[in-house]
Amino acid sequence: MIPGVFEYHRPGAVAEAVALLRAHGDEARVVAGGHSLIPMMKLRMAAPEHLIDLQGLDELRGIEIGAEIRIGAMTTQHEILTHSGLAEAAPIMAEAARQIADPQVRYLGTIGGNVANGDPGNDMPGLMQCLDARFTLAGPDGTREVAARDFFESAFMTTREEEEILTSINFARPTGGWAYEKLKRKIGDYATAAAAVQIAVEGGKVTAAAIAMTNLSDVPVLSAGAAAALTGTGCGPEAVKAAVDAMQADIDPVEDNRGPVEFKRHVAGVILARAIARAFERA
Amino acid sequence: MNEMTPSREERTANLKGTGCARKRVEDARFTQGKGNYVDDVKLPGMLFGDFVRSPHAHARVTSIDPAAALALPGVVAVLTAKDLEPLNLHWMPTLAGDRQMVLADGKVLFQGQEVAFVVAEDRYIAADAVDLVEVEYEDLPVVVDPYKALEDDAPVLREDLEGQDEGAHGPRRHHNHIFRWEAGDREAAEAAIGGSEVVVSERIYYQRTHPCPLETCGCVASMDKVNGKLTVRGTFQAPHVVRTVASLLSGIDEHNIRVISPDIGGGFGNKVGVYPGYVCAIVASIVTGVPVKWVEDRMENLMATAFARDYWMDGTISATKDGRITGLKAHVIADHGAFDACADPTKFPAGFFHICTGSYDIPAAHVAVDGVYTNKAPGGVAYRCSFRVTEAAYMIERLIEILAAKLDMDAAELRRINFIKADQFPYQSALGWEYDSGDYHTAWEKALRAVGYEGLRAEQAQRIADFKAGKTRKLLGIGLTHFTEIVGAGPVKNCDILGMGMFDSCEIRIHPTGSAIARLGTISQGQGHATTFAQILASETGIPADQITIEEGDTDTAPYGLGTYGSRSTPVAGAATAMAGRKIRAKAQMIAAYLLEVHDDDLEWDVDRFAVKGATERFKTMAEIAYAAYNQAIPGIEPGLEAVSYYDPPNMTYPFGAYICVMEIDVDTGEHGIRQFYALDDCGTRINPMVIEGQVHGGLTEALAIAMGQEIAYDDIGNVKTGTLMDFFLPTAWETPNYTTDWTETPSPHHPIGAKGVGESPNVGGVPAFSNAVHDAFRAFGLTQSHMPHDHWRIWKIAHDLGLHG
Repeated sequence: MIPGVFEYHRPGAVAEAVALLRAHGDEARVVAGGHSLIPMMKLRMAAPEHLIDLQGLDELRGIEIGAEIRIGAMTTQHEILTHSGLAEAAPIMAEAARQIADPQVRYLGTIGGNVANGDPGNDMPGLMQCLDARFTLAGPDGTREVAARDFFESAFMTTREEEEILTSINFARPTGGWAYEKLKRKIGDYATAAAAVQIAVEGGKVTAAAIAMTNLSDVPVLSAGAAAALTGTGCGPEAVKAAVDAMQADIDPVEDNRGPVEFKRHVAGVILARAIARAFERA
Repeated sequence: MNEMTPSREERTANLKGTGCARKRVEDARFTQGKGNYVDDVKLPGMLFGDFVRSPHAHARVTSIDPAAALALPGVVAVLTAKDLEPLNLHWMPTLAGDRQMVLADGKVLFQGQEVAFVVAEDRYIAADAVDLVEVEYEDLPVVVDPYKALEDDAPVLREDLEGQDEGAHGPRRHHNHIFRWEAGDREAAEAAIGGSEVVVSERIYYQRTHPCPLETCGCVASMDKVNGKLTVRGTFQAPHVVRTVASLLSGIDEHNIRVISPDIGGGFGNKVGVYPGYVCAIVASIVTGVPVKWVEDRMENLMATAFARDYWMDGTISATKDGRITGLKAHVIADHGAFDACADPTKFPAGFFHICTGSYDIPAAHVAVDGVYTNKAPGGVAYRCSFRVTEAAYMIERLIEILAAKLDMDAAELRRINFIKADQFPYQSALGWEYDSGDYHTAWEKALRAVGYEGLRAEQAQRIADFKAGKTRKLLGIGLTHFTEIVGAGPVKNCDILGMGMFDSCEIRIHPTGSAIARLGTISQGQGHATTFAQILASETGIPADQITIEEGDTDTAPYGLGTYGSRSTPVAGAATAMAGRKIRAKAQMIAAYLLEVHDDDLEWDVDRFAVKGATERFKTMAEIAYAAYNQAIPGIEPGLEAVSYYDPPNMTYPFGAYICVMEIDVDTGEHGIRQFYALDDCGTRINPMVIEGQVHGGLTEALAIAMGQEIAYDDIGNVKTGTLMDFFLPTAWETPNYTTDWTETPSPHHPIGAKGVGESPNVGGVPAFSNAVHDAFRAFGLTQSHMPHDHWRIWKIAHDLGLHG
């Protein structure tokens, strides 16, 4: 549990961090909260020769609430959990953050690290897809925006270029009811199955829905079919069953210590049904 | 000087003796992070060792090339089996009469096995060098299933034993067979079962798990070449045994070896055995002449140092149709892994598994246990239980539940019908034990009343009706357990480890001013010995516990003892403490008689003093007596006030308890919630109720972990699937329910103060209580047996297989 030798860098500006990335190429990794990368380094499953610590980049911190919500990549899960403006504007954020890891990890773990690592076990990628968030990436040639729904390619692989740093996350203020429902074995665990649900309702009928699932494939699964199955309904048993069926067609879980595929498919349906019920009730 | 005598009650309270909920004296340092653990030991010039471990479960080692590692600056040595062979240390004896490779000798037999030992100037260099040692392997077929290991064409795992038909515990019946061990009367048991109206048989698996103490195993070996003295500081639950084993292995005279157990961060059986890391650190220190530290990391601990359980138990129990149990039979396949490194008393290769008639008066019984080699880590230690007692308790408490279902009888009533009655003690069990004392019916009725048992069953019936009507998706399980433990190993006539009798010891010195130090052969790993042994001594000698230092763990100063495991400290060393205290008091009485100018027999003991019978205003306190013992020439009496006692217990002690767990189960996700857990323990005389409650809380939480999630799982090719705390379940405060503790007090008739030991009871009783709650929730739907751990998917699968998902 001792990492290999590495050089430690602590840049004071994004441009400086990008320059370090450019200089060291694939021998460098940026570290945010460190709760994914450092364990991987201790296991020697990751052995970057240059570690670029983003803790000095104050410009990557903070939450701004306007018509849009902007969250700096270095904002911690704890800050998301305790931000009163965010709790009002997008309560699903705190509901999800509360179910990530444990308090010690949340004091250090960041939203940027959570999404940029591309770990299918992480909760924020699915939630970002549910909210249709956009990620800002800073690179040698300036910044660009990528939709969360286009960002994740496969496990630990994203559309972020090697020389880019995720700097912020933007999404429109969500409307309607919300729920983040997660089944996990214990505190600190990744999801056995988790569902992010946002539902807009008018006159008792769903006008718009977004549904994304976590840790049920090698990438987060945005289920357009599940959302479509709810739209126009009152989220009765038949509509929920149709949404669950559509979602189950989209996921591709694998067996691990959390259980076999059959179990995961089934509980994914249970979790989604519960999330839909709670979101609809709140809408 | 005798006028202001406080009352007897005030003086008793001032002692903080037996029965006092005295705060733990250790906690001031532990809670401030000021403990002194082995990894806190830093000696001048100290080097660090780290292991190259096998990634394969079964492979031939065709070459080991340390050249690149040795070329790394800061690397001092790389030890392999070839280096240890001239010292005859490439293999070592295990506590179970087998032998174990210290470093891979031609082949590896489990994933994580020690292959080479790198010694470097710091632990970072050592870790880098581990990666640079080039080892070539040639895969061999892997056997992880003990039943497959016993098939005729199974690969030979232990080539070193090939052709040896006789093992340490009798004949070996197969090349992967270790021993068969039997107790009871097979013919009588089979006749009783054969003639019975109702018979149930079930295979019950108690999964492989791991004690997983917060502090992993490690040591610092320091060879002083000037005076020829070897000092080993380490995480040893039995420091004196380690000294003797180290002497036998190394050829260093025992007086030239000093073993020190500093503060230990939990043991739970994991720190009883002798590990390759200790041997390698000692050799490396002898070779280099400087201290060498080895401390394993968490993954190494889970993967390579001693596991627990892994018992496949085929149990058969029979009864009359009105529920009177007539017979019990069990056959166990015990998976011991690659080497038999259990830490049981030598004559008991299956530990005390034959306590498996439990709390019940069963007239005929027989057990047979077959030990088997597989490609898994060695161990089989008593994880917070006396040797194999939790396996036994789990089997009988599951069989009772299964029998109750078969009889269509309430499981509480079935137990009530079959308990050994209070007037049957001392009770001879069909498997050969003499239960010293017990009052099971009283404990049972108290427990059932406390939880409102009848009401719970009515609520459960309503819940089942609601479930069937589609009104709820949650079931209610009521998990009952009445367990009987067997602890305090043990009588030297039949309990030894490597020939050393399992007595224990206490040596007391009373200082002239009336305070004291006592040293014991045991070693606390969190049990609170410094608190509770001082209390025993306070009550025996009248010296306040706050003025007594308890010291353990340094073999140069402490008297010889067999260490702390199997809840033996209080039954054995606690008894030695009381007996040594009584020797002190006996001498004190003579001194007091001289000082008061009366005959010894004219004195009576009164809390903290000897007083003249009928004239209690004339007395000498223990402090006054101690002063006189050192400062006054008393004819016929040696100066000083010291005593030592080596205590050979006449019998084991038999703590028992009644536990009830009320559990809600979500049939759709497999989640559980524990609504209530009631634990009644009878550990005989209660020395410190607060320490007992802490022990019970901790033990129940470990039981929760085992029953609901903990396992060391392997895939088909012997890879450990649960090698980190992400997958190996350690409950946090969040997963841990509230516990209600209660007690009855049935003192042991043969223990000097009637105490029986308690640290392991909650694990022994807790595991079946949690597991029975899961099973009970599904009893109405036809569940007979589902193996632990009861994690989400396994509970979900119970519901799924019973058709509860529609």
